Amino acid sequence: MVWNRKTAYVNLSTEKIVQKPISKKMRSLYLGGRGINMYLLYNHVKPRINPLGPENVLLIGAGLIGGIPCLGSGRCDIAAKSPLTGAVGDSNIGGFFAPELRFAGFDHLVIVGSAKKPVYLWINDGEIKIKDASSLWGKDAFETQTAIRNDLGDEDIKCLVIGTAGENLVRFANVRTGMKNSAGRTGMGCVMGSKKLKAIAVRGTMNLEFAYPDELLKYCKEMNDMIMSTRWAKAQSRWGTMVIFNNTNTTGLIRTRNFQLNRSEEGRDLEPESMDRYSIGMAGCYGCTVHCRHRYVLREGPYAPLFGEGPEYTSLGAFGTMVDCKKMETVLVANHLVNKYGLDTLETGGLIAWAMELYEKGIINEKMTDGLKLEWGNEAVLFEMIRKIAMRDGFGSVLADGFKDAIAKIGKGSEYYAIQIKGMSSLQSDERATPSLALGIATATRGADHLRSRPAIDLYGLPENLLEEIYEGPVSSDYTSYEGKSRMVWWQELLYAVTDSLGTCKFQTVFCALHAPKWKEFSKLIHLVSGIEISKAQLMEIGERICTTERMFNLREGFSRKDDNLPERFFKEPTPIGLPIARNRKIDKEKFNKMLDEYYALHEWDNNGVPQKETLKKLRLDKEPSHII
Amino acid sequence: MRKMLFVDPEKCTGCRLCEIACALHHEKTLNPVRARVHVAKWETAGLYIPILCLQCETPICETVCPLRAIKRDPNTGAMLVDYDLCVGCRLCVQFCPFGGVEIDAETGKVRKCDLCGGEPVCVKFCEPGALQYIDETTTNRIKRKAAAERYSELMKKLLATV
Repeated sequence: MVWNRKTAYVNLSTEKIVQKPISKKMRSLYLGGRGINMYLLYNHVKPRINPLGPENVLLIGAGLIGGIPCLGSGRCDIAAKSPLTGAVGDSNIGGFFAPELRFAGFDHLVIVGSAKKPVYLWINDGEIKIKDASSLWGKDAFETQTAIRNDLGDEDIKCLVIGTAGENLVRFANVRTGMKNSAGRTGMGCVMGSKKLKAIAVRGTMNLEFAYPDELLKYCKEMNDMIMSTRWAKAQSRWGTMVIFNNTNTTGLIRTRNFQLNRSEEGRDLEPESMDRYSIGMAGCYGCTVHCRHRYVLREGPYAPLFGEGPEYTSLGAFGTMVDCKKMETVLVANHLVNKYGLDTLETGGLIAWAMELYEKGIINEKMTDGLKLEWGNEAVLFEMIRKIAMRDGFGSVLADGFKDAIAKIGKGSEYYAIQIKGMSSLQSDERATPSLALGIATATRGADHLRSRPAIDLYGLPENLLEEIYEGPVSSDYTSYEGKSRMVWWQELLYAVTDSLGTCKFQTVFCALHAPKWKEFSKLIHLVSGIEISKAQLMEIGERICTTERMFNLREGFSRKDDNLPERFFKEPTPIGLPIARNRKIDKEKFNKMLDEYYALHEWDNNGVPQKETLKKLRLDKEPSHII
Repeated sequence: MRKMLFVDPEKCTGCRLCEIACALHHEKTLNPVRARVHVAKWETAGLYIPILCLQCETPICETVCPLRAIKRDPNTGAMLVDYDLCVGCRLCVQFCPFGGVEIDAETGKVRKCDLCGGEPVCVKFCEPGALQYIDETTTNRIKRKAAAERYSELMKKLLATV
């Protein structure tokens, strides 16, 4: 049964490893994945520690229903205190790692301490060994996986690895598996690097038993049909997440030249159709019918031959519009580079775009940038900056510390141009025309981010009676309106917290498709997998518990209402171009603050975003840290 | 008309739904190593090929089995293992050139695709259609069409240069 999957506590300093069961009580409070990780984060990370010290705790978690044949159930949640923001560090990764971890007998790993020399963990059917990784140190994210498979003589081994960027403690180094999957955000690869943990390799052949296997198989097929009946999934199957680009760029919802423009007028080549030149087919993560990424080959040009996977919509911004590059090939090469070095694509692109604007404004100059002319759209400069960041070479090292430290170092009003919240860069989406999306990035617990609470279906202008039915309260169907948008964000935040704890893919719940599996379907899947009954209300309460736990962590680290804010430019500079609905828009500060009040009230937090006593009691969080596990 | 399980590797996205659905259907447990279909992967080249028993017309497994424990299902054409006769000598595993028969580590017996009695579960779960259960003759038509498309692409190129 799923109940026999364990938590392993690994101390890299003392090399002591302890295995413990996960109690049903913990499951009923937090499910698994991100939920249990957030509990562990709050309980095992002491307040105000150095995120790069041995006392930081690296948490790896598979979801409660992870591994089932539907909904992209191979998601893995990785958490720690973020070295980029100092807030909740949490990142979600697809691929094939999490199910393999379950097949090897584990659902959660709690890794503390730091090794004296480079090591990797080898997890195989209930056993965990700490192995020497001296020969792997210095290898990139692709080479490392191949080397481990060769060393251990099993090509079916799945790995979480860091590349050069993680070794060099770049604050936004990511954790990678396979050719493309990345736990990109909040610098979890940097935490691995600080622990001298190069990789976690896993291979499992143990049965994972379910309460009702026959019914589950049948229901999983229904779930797959349900998600594939949505246009969003069909479009993603063909074009990947890049399909979003056509819509947002046409409308004028994409940051271009950092934040100067809201669409790339000459960016036709960035449209997903260009991928037909390079794609040899799509690739799917574990158990996924949507398969939203390309397998691509560059056959010609200075970077050929090159095989890669992706790119995501995010990379079209990071290495396309935000830095004003206009060629798909540039994005493909840059995407390959960040994957090789193990860098977060969004943070890397966001910082380089910012630096380019600072260069244009004369705030930084060639003396500071080691002679590099940081001009818009300069592909060679982009590639060189990626390398410099990963290697912490010269000016690259300034950016490698992330926005907070780089702003402090550069000064001279550079902060105004930084599109970041809580120290983390935002997606290329321009939220000035969309208050709901703006509130989402402002309040996301891990810093500016679209995967914490984004109500993307707000952009569809759905009928209001339908929206009211879903969100259980009045919501305006006009995406430029502020009415009911706090409710949308709050509702999505709870749903995504539960999705991340179940181990399924956010794109296979209400992200861009209304008729996608949600509470009712999740309840049934949990029942068929584990035998327990959890109602929709209980699931929403679990979502609330997870979000509030994250909130408590951030409050303890000194974050407050003032950090749930947007960069000044959102309030000051109206969008210059785009369709009429997106043109000449900016966020109204007063209305934004009202939205924020409403959002806190929905969470039952006070006006400063502090959870009220009764709320904590109701969520059974009044005795935290409780150290139940 | 007899049906066959047709593999079109160009459509495979490597998601392994076939493996996990197969294991869940046959073994009532989630464990892809116990599936009867496996996706062979060359991850760094992006090549994925589902491999399973091809239900050969002159099956080597049947020929080498000393106890005649592998017989054809007259309804589906699948080669089935008669576990009352099978002694687990694994000659079929050794001689099958396609890796279509394998050993179940838990039971020690051999295991192979039985076409799920005519409704293969892997096919139901294969969204891109890399696995299809179709009339034997149709498979040729698919290949013919694909070849014709390649020819027509070639013709277009040739005509364009004239």
